Amino acid sequence: MQITKLSLIETKQALLDKQFSEAELNQAYLDRIEKLNSKLNAFLHVQTNKVGIPAAIKDVISTKDIPTTAASKILENYLPPFNATVMNRLAAQNISVIGKTNCDEFAMGSSGENSAYGKTLNPWDLGRVPGGSSSGSAAAIAADLAVFALGSDTGGSIRLPASLCGTIGFKPSYGRVSRYGLLSMASSLDQIGTFTKTVADARLLLEWMSGTDNLDSNCLQEAFKASNTDKKDNLKGLRVGVPTEYFGQGLDQEVAKVIKSAISKMESLGAKIVEISLPHTEYAIAAYYIIMASEVSSNLARFDGIRFGKQRDQFGAEPKRRIMLGTFSLASGYYDDYYAQAAKVRTLIRQDFARAFTQCDAIVGPVSPTPAWQIGEKVTDPLAMYLSDVYTVPASMAGLPGISVPAGFVQGLPVGLHVLSKYADDETVLNVAEVFTEQTNFAKEKPDL
Amino acid sequence: MNQDGYELVIGLEVHVELNTKNKMFCNCSTDYFGQPANTHICPVCLGLPGALPIINHEAIQSCMKIGLALNCTVAENSRFERKNYFYPDLPKGFQISQYRWPLCTGGWLEVSDMNGQANKIRINRVHQEEDTGKLTHSNRNSLVDYNRSGIPLVEIVTEPDFHDVESVRDYAKKLQQIFRSLGVSNADMEKGDMRLEANVSVRPVGSQELPDYRVELKNINSFRFMVAAIEYERSRQIAALEKGEELTQETRGWNEEKKETYLQRGKEEAHDYRYFPEPDLPELQVASQVVQIKKEMPELPEAKIRRYKQDLSLPQSAAQVLASDSNLSKVFETALEISAGKLTALTVANKLINSQNGASLLPEKVVQDLLTSKEGLIEDNNEISKLAQEAIKENAQVAEIYRKGKLTAIQSLIGVVMRKSQGKADAAKVKETLEKLLNSES
Repeated sequence: MQITKLSLIETKQALLDKQFSEAELNQAYLDRIEKLNSKLNAFLHVQTNKVGIPAAIKDVISTKDIPTTAASKILENYLPPFNATVMNRLAAQNISVIGKTNCDEFAMGSSGENSAYGKTLNPWDLGRVPGGSSSGSAAAIAADLAVFALGSDTGGSIRLPASLCGTIGFKPSYGRVSRYGLLSMASSLDQIGTFTKTVADARLLLEWMSGTDNLDSNCLQEAFKASNTDKKDNLKGLRVGVPTEYFGQGLDQEVAKVIKSAISKMESLGAKIVEISLPHTEYAIAAYYIIMASEVSSNLARFDGIRFGKQRDQFGAEPKRRIMLGTFSLASGYYDDYYAQAAKVRTLIRQDFARAFTQCDAIVGPVSPTPAWQIGEKVTDPLAMYLSDVYTVPASMAGLPGISVPAGFVQGLPVGLHVLSKYADDETVLNVAEVFTEQTNFAKEKPDL
Repeated sequence: MNQDGYELVIGLEVHVELNTKNKMFCNCSTDYFGQPANTHICPVCLGLPGALPIINHEAIQSCMKIGLALNCTVAENSRFERKNYFYPDLPKGFQISQYRWPLCTGGWLEVSDMNGQANKIRINRVHQEEDTGKLTHSNRNSLVDYNRSGIPLVEIVTEPDFHDVESVRDYAKKLQQIFRSLGVSNADMEKGDMRLEANVSVRPVGSQELPDYRVELKNINSFRFMVAAIEYERSRQIAALEKGEELTQETRGWNEEKKETYLQRGKEEAHDYRYFPEPDLPELQVASQVVQIKKEMPELPEAKIRRYKQDLSLPQSAAQVLASDSNLSKVFETALEISAGKLTALTVANKLINSQNGASLLPEKVVQDLLTSKEGLIEDNNEISKLAQEAIKENAQVAEIYRKGKLTAIQSLIGVVMRKSQGKADAAKVKETLEKLLNSES
């Protein structure tokens, strides 16, 4: 048995059955990190624990007395005096932190190249990006460097790297999991989520982490509880919406083929495929870059050189760019033309989805327009980089739950299928994704490292 | 104001610190006065990465009470917003405040001007925000104390309806009385509980138009200095206009040594606060609580004055003095009740107004003193005990309420004994005897 291939649920069972000890479990992962992290640069900090079930935590999540840098020079020496709510909830389930994972600085980026501590590489092809911003968490799970990983998703930062690294990346509904302790990027969009080896693990983790938190006013009151635990092997009775707008210009033809064949697979599993329209999709990226950047410009103001030891010139190019964009969008005289307009577009996008969900139960499509691209390919063209989020951003703007599950390969590179559902209906997303992954073999494929 | 053919046009912004138990957006205690620096802090009020604000609903209620006391409307939908600016005492780099969606709007307060004439001052808004930390500068060091960071602060903004300093003085005094009688703030100017900012300009007498500039007088921490600064500004601005100079929007402070205002910030340096809705907090929908809050609100000074004049036939001056201090008016009303018709309202009022510390007197003692100056005092323990037993027997319900822990219920029993003794029993002994009886029976 290879310990590091086990899912969270399998690992728990194996520990119960005394197939191995927690010390052996941790050592197995530490050995693998020792062997592979220098290749991938997935971890910024590794903890040599002997107890607990080891999880990899994105470095934008506050961990008490464990360095939390947000992959930024600004927080190079910051040791948080408090735990994020999710960390306390995981600790109560015997989860330990094996390490803090690399990411784009303050979760800003789509490729993993914006870290102040060096880029993360894609385990499937070390010459390519792993996707971002939760680059290290995605790479760590693709390479079996932890049992599971936490990431954060603001406009696609879990789903995109999951797609490019061939892992399962789940962003719950906005507010489903407390944000307390997640270093804010764009408060109205940020959401903590998971990278796992199975969809069942994602479901279990959501049960553990969700639920009311009196430290986050936007957190949903009810904890997530799976209503039906009987596993299904088909999608009978499910109406699957396919948005016309997600298959237009800009989508790589090979990726389109993989997604279309995944949709056929769903149909053969009993799902009814419905064509739907999300007409405001084309405005989503523009509106997102105003709202997100506005919130960023305010959220990063606290790093003013007085309390955290580093001056603002230590911010990397991408945070600086977004601070400038946001500051401009909110400036007196511009607010009505930018922020207020973007907020209206956001409402229209929400309405698009609400209308679509009267015709279907889940929406599927591509996560990323292309498979993993070459390192450096888009760094000089921020707009091209921003467009990699074109399919993930609309759901973020509406606060919807979404998942990326492996759906095939293009020239040896993984391609993720995007599954979305209604706000707060995290269960449908997980159930559909679970049937799909269990009836296909893509999620079991591993990179050769 | 008719001096030199110009009149003052003044709008006021008053900040008042609420006396809630907890800070505005975290659970830190607000009891920081006189405490060592940085002992009342947490990740939220320090703005540590990942910390999020939560709303203190006690503060929201206080803010609504202030708004309602100033005849405002509570908004159906109100929001917190971020006011973005840099200052070392502001750990998040923004203050959570309100701008486009204030909690209360469109009120008024009546004040007296220099001629004793009553004028309505329009209240533009009453909104909720948070205080900043405090900077201390010594030698070449600047120290920051974040104990005050996140203390609930209510801002009250008037329209530019003041035309003399007397009205400003009366407004500030009335606000202070309102805060105290609502019990929402100690409103102690010395401690910085209540702070004033004035927007001052002048215009030719008879003009109804607002001047196209205004001078903001800021960071003036004493009422006396604020008055001096306004007086100074009037002369300075009139002189400038007479010389044909153009006045512009600017912020000025007060130099107490030189007795003059000085430029702090010109128009070009004006802040752009880049307000936008606070994404970490939900919308406030509290208008439905207005009915309940109105029910719970104590009688305000203005209403009290009216009642004292109409129902108790007190003269305006006495009514005003008593109503201006909620503790004093409480002693007055209790004493009047105990006296059970044996003393006139005016006698009790005069006694209290002429006492050094009327507000801290025991009402029973006040009545006692006034009555004994007329007749003999019953000090006999047996006699008092008999009356006390009767009182308890006849008011079994009140006695029960006392025994259940509502100790103030004893006041009503003291009143009964005093009436039975026709006001002649020694009040202190009555209280003592009642307590003994009530506690031994339970």
